[in-house]
Amino acid sequence: MGSSSSSRNKIPNAQELMRQTGFSSAHLLRLHDRFESLDRDNRGYLSPDDFEALGGLAMNPIGGRIIEAFFSSGIPWTFPPLSGFWLISVQLTETETKKEHSKSSPAAGPGSSNLYDLDRDGKISREELLQVLRAMLGLQVTEEQLQSIAERAIQEADLDKDDAISFDEFKKSLEKMDIDTKMSVSFLK
Amino acid sequence: MPSRTVSHGASGRLRGLFLVMVLVFLEGSVFTVAVASSDQHSPITAHSGSHKATDHGSHNNTGKAFPVLDLNYENVRVPFEISLWVLLASLMKLGFHLVPHLSNIVPESCLLIVVGLLVGGIIRGTGETVPPVLDSKLFFYILLPPIILDAGYFLPIRPFMENLGTILIFAVVGTLWNAFFVGGLLYGVCQIGTESSSILSRIGLLQCLLFGSIISAVDPVAVLAVFEEIHINELLHILVFGESLLNDAVTVVLYHLFEEFSGIGSVTLLKGFLGVISFFVVALGGVLVGVLYGILAAFTSRFTSHTRVIEPLFVFLYSYMAYLSAEIFHLSGIMALIACGAVMRPYVEANISHKSHTTIKYFLKMWSSVSETLIFIFLGVATVAGPHDWNWTFVTVTVILCLVARVIGVVGLTFIINKFRIVKLTTKDQFIIAYGGLRGAIAFSLGFLLNKEHFPEREIFLTAIITVIFFTVFVQGMTIKPLVELLAVKKKQEAKRSINEEIHTQFLDHLLTGIEDICGHYGHHHWKDKLNRFNKKYVKKCLIAGERSKEPQLIAFYHKMEMKQAIQLVESGGGIKMPSAVPSTVSMQNIQPRPSTKPAPERAIPQLSKNKEEEIRKILRTNLQRTRQRLRSYNRHTLVADPYEDGLSDLFLKKQKMFQIEKKLKEMNTYLTVPAPPPDSPTMCRARLASGKHTDFKPDQVQKGNKMCSDPQAYSIKPASNKVPMIQVDLASPQSPDSVNLLDEFGQANQQEEEEQGLMMKPPSRPREAKKPSEEDEAKDQQRLMRCLSDPGPSADEDEDGAFLP
Repeated sequence: MGSSSSSRNKIPNAQELMRQTGFSSAHLLRLHDRFESLDRDNRGYLSPDDFEALGGLAMNPIGGRIIEAFFSSGIPWTFPPLSGFWLISVQLTETETKKEHSKSSPAAGPGSSNLYDLDRDGKISREELLQVLRAMLGLQVTEEQLQSIAERAIQEADLDKDDAISFDEFKKSLEKMDIDTKMSVSFLK
Repeated sequence: MPSRTVSHGASGRLRGLFLVMVLVFLEGSVFTVAVASSDQHSPITAHSGSHKATDHGSHNNTGKAFPVLDLNYENVRVPFEISLWVLLASLMKLGFHLVPHLSNIVPESCLLIVVGLLVGGIIRGTGETVPPVLDSKLFFYILLPPIILDAGYFLPIRPFMENLGTILIFAVVGTLWNAFFVGGLLYGVCQIGTESSSILSRIGLLQCLLFGSIISAVDPVAVLAVFEEIHINELLHILVFGESLLNDAVTVVLYHLFEEFSGIGSVTLLKGFLGVISFFVVALGGVLVGVLYGILAAFTSRFTSHTRVIEPLFVFLYSYMAYLSAEIFHLSGIMALIACGAVMRPYVEANISHKSHTTIKYFLKMWSSVSETLIFIFLGVATVAGPHDWNWTFVTVTVILCLVARVIGVVGLTFIINKFRIVKLTTKDQFIIAYGGLRGAIAFSLGFLLNKEHFPEREIFLTAIITVIFFTVFVQGMTIKPLVELLAVKKKQEAKRSINEEIHTQFLDHLLTGIEDICGHYGHHHWKDKLNRFNKKYVKKCLIAGERSKEPQLIAFYHKMEMKQAIQLVESGGGIKMPSAVPSTVSMQNIQPRPSTKPAPERAIPQLSKNKEEEIRKILRTNLQRTRQRLRSYNRHTLVADPYEDGLSDLFLKKQKMFQIEKKLKEMNTYLTVPAPPPDSPTMCRARLASGKHTDFKPDQVQKGNKMCSDPQAYSIKPASNKVPMIQVDLASPQSPDSVNLLDEFGQANQQEEEEQGLMMKPPSRPREAKKPSEEDEAKDQQRLMRCLSDPGPSADEDEDGAFLP
């Protein structure tokens, strides 16, 4: 899988994409290959069942959410948006230096706050948190344990006492965690 | 105030007294040791050297039939000496902290070395020979393992694994580079820079390389000692510390390699190749041995539920055996120890009791602390003991080369590593890593082990090694703290992990694994996820006893936090112990009843008699296991709400009523067979209250009467609208989750009590309306009480005011 110029021609607007996203041609090629292998029906864009076919995602407790997050924005996932997607850095970090940080990392995920916040009201309510916990912990714990944990989590993070975690509170509670270092996936060269 | 100054003076005097005592003891111990070491001389000379012995001795010379007092030092000599040394070390450690400001400027390791020098000097000054205390066997088999085990057991796995690549590169490639650079250049200097007749030119290349390999290893003991005091951020700490641990494999291989070669005198390519292979064998073999013993230890701990007292012993024994077994085969004992500790920890901690956990922790810390102290003192003594052969050229060149090699190595390697890292290492980081490359006692012991016949220049080596150690420990150790401040290196974050972080970390893991799946890229997260799954499915079932094997990590974490918080509350409050039951909701058998009481601030109930408290405590303790959930509901809805008009005496009254309720509960014991999940934990309760919100505990389906007790699972908590006035009693800081809703618990309980239900969580809406007017009064009184009771910050006060609007 070499990045010869002929293969680069497969990708439309390769140059422009490379400029936009900052990926190298090898990266782009890899992503494109992946795109093609995902897009089984050769429709030119990705749909939810393409993703659901991925075994790993099926086993992943939040796989459903990831798929939802992908497709909820309504963008038809042809290749250029997909490569653009990879650039969406975590919206938790807004300072300039950190922006550079995440730009230099080859890939970052969608804002994880959005993944929690399903109804898009800008806050993570207790119910949403509970759903996340339920998904992650599954059948192993009882309902009230989940309740306790959710309660405690909200209590710790909720600064304006509205019983939900807004985006800012979310950011604040995780500022110690050095999120941007964790929210990146590095591709092998 | 006169009393203050007096006490201050007294404490100052006490300090002085203590220091004098330490010094006297030091003298005494030194002389005794000196006596001991010169025991082979005639008794007369021995007597002349010691204070204590003379008295007894002189008595013996008379012709007594039966010796009333007899001196027999020989029998207890060895244990006595050992104890004396350890005692000396510990007293020194104490003494340093009594001297003001000293521990801020000079790191402990330096002070200890100085003490060792003093002791050695005193011994030598009295004309006795200094005992060879830093015997290699003693060092490697007794002094070193506790430190390494402590490091390995408490190794922060996550950052270690995340940076494993970097650490390995620094440890392996960096050490190799250092060894060859120093050894090679030293040889060159020896050959070129000196006359051919000088002793230096006789040092062969192999010897130089061996010396290089001894001196180039970063020492975990020294690093630990110094870095512990500067509190730098986790990344740097784990990088330098991890490097110092993992380079042991390299050091072992190089050492044995060059020792072999120097003995034989010829090097072939095959031998070189074998050397490389042996490196892998040593490293991986050590790890394997460690993992094996770790699994054994975890498995053993599964069955210790009946003999809790010896649980810590297993941990120590298995780890030590791992170390020794690795040493048998010339594998890396340090890596075995680390692997053993790291592997067994999660499983052992799930199996053993809380007390055993504390025991293990404190024993490890104690042993490693004493070991470290002893090592440094012995370094000082050994320095005085000699034998030394000071050679200006050799020593200075060594020191310079070590520094240069370290800097070049770090910079060069970072350049390569940064290409692969997401979070790059900045120049500041590199500087700290380079500067933190301290050498220590391992280098000295390895040098000490050298065979005199093969290495006639052993003394030169030893002197140089000691000089380098002194230089790094004193100069670098002392200056690294101000440098860290100067460069404004990020420090360690003191705060504990919150549950949000934990949730989010797990969430992120899943998220990134998902993304990796989408990318089709089998990265870091993918394999971690696979390992976790494997762990959960198979390993945990084997190694963890009983119910705990199914407990997901988040829950375990949550328990731990709740437990910690409960303990904190109990410790800080100390006053009334409220029967607010266990914080957590898990109904697992082998979780002991928690210290589940929520105390009020001390100020609140100054007059509660101790007896009453004890009775309450006893009752609660005996009933807790079964009545957890009952206490929960009891806690909020069944307690009599005394109007807090007078505050203190009412609390007393309340206590009385609590007793009555308790009795009632005992009768109702049969209702609750399944330990129902408490619908709300005290933390949540507190939290909600601390946040000033109004909550209502309305169980889902419970609309009817109290017949719902058999269906506890149906309860769920819904934050209701603002109905109940909330009170907060802030223990620590405003808005901390530790604030206790002492008063409100009562408030809630009062309502329920009135209805004589005692147990169930009923929708309190009805009774609440009725009570509204009285509650208003209560509210005000509670408010008043609050103001005089708690110690809140300004925001808490505002919240309170807001909270009382119905």
